[in-house]
Amino acid sequence: MAKRSVVPFGPQHPVLPEPIHLDLVMEDETVIEAVPSIGYVHRGLESLVKKKDFNEMVYVTERICGICSFMHGMGYCSAVEKIMNVEVPRRADYLRTIWSEMSRLHSHLLWLGLLADAFGFEALFMQSWRLREKILDMFEISTGGRVIFSVNKIGGVLKDMPEDMLKSFVSILNDMEKELSETTTVFLNEYTVRSRLEGVGIITKEDAIRRGAVGPMMRASGIEVDMRKTGYAAYSDIDFEVITSDKCDSLARCQVRIGEIFQSIGIIRQAVEKIPEGEISVPVKGNPDGEYFMRLEQPRGEAFYYVRANGTKFLDRMRVRTPTFANIPAMLQTLQGAQFADVPLLILTIDPCISCTER
Amino acid sequence: MEDIGNNVVKIEQVELLPVIMEKKNDDWRLAQICCAFRDGHYEVSYSFAKGYELTNYRLIVGKDETVASISRVYKSAILYENEMRELFGLGVEHIKVDYHDKLYRIDAETPFMEKEGK
Amino acid sequence: MAQFMSFTKTVLRNLFSKPVTTAYPNVPREYPERTRGHVEIRIEDCILCGLCMRSCPPGAIHVDREAKKWNIARFDCIQCGYCVEKCPKKCLSIVPGYTKPDSSKHTETVKKEE
Repeated sequence: MAKRSVVPFGPQHPVLPEPIHLDLVMEDETVIEAVPSIGYVHRGLESLVKKKDFNEMVYVTERICGICSFMHGMGYCSAVEKIMNVEVPRRADYLRTIWSEMSRLHSHLLWLGLLADAFGFEALFMQSWRLREKILDMFEISTGGRVIFSVNKIGGVLKDMPEDMLKSFVSILNDMEKELSETTTVFLNEYTVRSRLEGVGIITKEDAIRRGAVGPMMRASGIEVDMRKTGYAAYSDIDFEVITSDKCDSLARCQVRIGEIFQSIGIIRQAVEKIPEGEISVPVKGNPDGEYFMRLEQPRGEAFYYVRANGTKFLDRMRVRTPTFANIPAMLQTLQGAQFADVPLLILTIDPCISCTER
Repeated sequence: MEDIGNNVVKIEQVELLPVIMEKKNDDWRLAQICCAFRDGHYEVSYSFAKGYELTNYRLIVGKDETVASISRVYKSAILYENEMRELFGLGVEHIKVDYHDKLYRIDAETPFMEKEGK
Repeated sequence: MAQFMSFTKTVLRNLFSKPVTTAYPNVPREYPERTRGHVEIRIEDCILCGLCMRSCPPGAIHVDREAKKWNIARFDCIQCGYCVEKCPKKCLSIVPGYTKPDSSKHTETVKKEE
């Protein structure tokens, strides 16, 4: 009979810069069960609604995550705008769309780099991050920040991107596309990479629904759901297909994300072509009263914002359910029956953002 | 059951499990559970999604009442329910994996309830 | 074919091309014009209304009307730009140039001259 043992994993682990601890119940080299424990970096940002008024909360929500900071700010602003019945100018919607897609690009490139690092391909990791650097520079040029952008406000955006800036971004992306396809080919075709990813960490369509998986994790299991199709910001004007894969394994998740990288470039190109002239924000008067559930598609999946206002400048409740929070149960599912050596890789395939999760 | 607008359906405690079972059998996914405290009672919102559809169920729970755990139907509810209990002190009974208020490693008890004391 | 040696081309090109990184600190970094480095004030236009103090999310700004002083705790400031947006006289601005590291947190004071 195989010997059972419990192996602690994390919170400090070379593959993960973020603190998550797992107790892995092992039978020889196979994981039988994984018990997660998080909570090392809980900051209680949601409770700040009691101290900061609803305008200042924009800057708080942005700081939930260092990768999707733009989208957190945008999700919160959209929710408050819906409560207050504020119609955001169309140009602001387009600018938000462009910045969102840039966030997606850099998040997926970051993830590709981390994945390469996880299976020990250091040069590929450097190559991915080298490409990501260009996106960060674009962010710095357009918003003034590389991580925290502070361009969202309730009622629109704070900074405009002039025509020549948009054009120059598109040409940077056009140049990048060639390099990108060269790098992503390595992920998809290289024998050594494939042998680490193919058939590992399978989560079936039924399991994905039952465990409440979101984002690329869900789409890699053949479920065609992308919150961008609900048409928030300017996505209703943009023509794109939801990228899915029905292979359900780690390679499928990689394929979906790589597909989305190229799709994001396409969306930015479309948005730059269609962007209308006009104002970038409208003045907002009064305090919100009511509640709203806002969903939007972050690089890691569907994020959920719940805002409950009571007519004063302090909100009653602001709740953010980040994609990683929803993906943890699905991740545990993939770990069951996995080999010990694959555990770091499987944790990475959900693109975990633990600080995001704990807020 | 009563539709109170904004995509929210208000339900009673006894209706919770039948509603959850119905959603589960119809392949809806649990999008989130959220707890809020206002006017001396808890508001627990259960959100379900299927495709692009979204439905929210709202349960009003008194300050000293408890609510049944749905973690035996939806496994992914474990984290949400532990979170609610730790941050708000809402009594959730029989959670499948109980972290005993140690999901987040914080010293404060029910930190999100502070407002009421002041 | 693509299954093997697919990374070789990239490696060879990287080997024979210039590094993408800069030789910092020998070559100083050039910041784009919009970089949010630190908050600056044109004190002669300031009316000491205190709106920036009340709106500052981390509470880094302190306006003293009596002493006619505008104070900012540089190490608390998060460069969000909310004060710049709120300022009725538009005398605040965010300009490139990050706060230099220091051994203690200090407050910078700007006095309004008559």
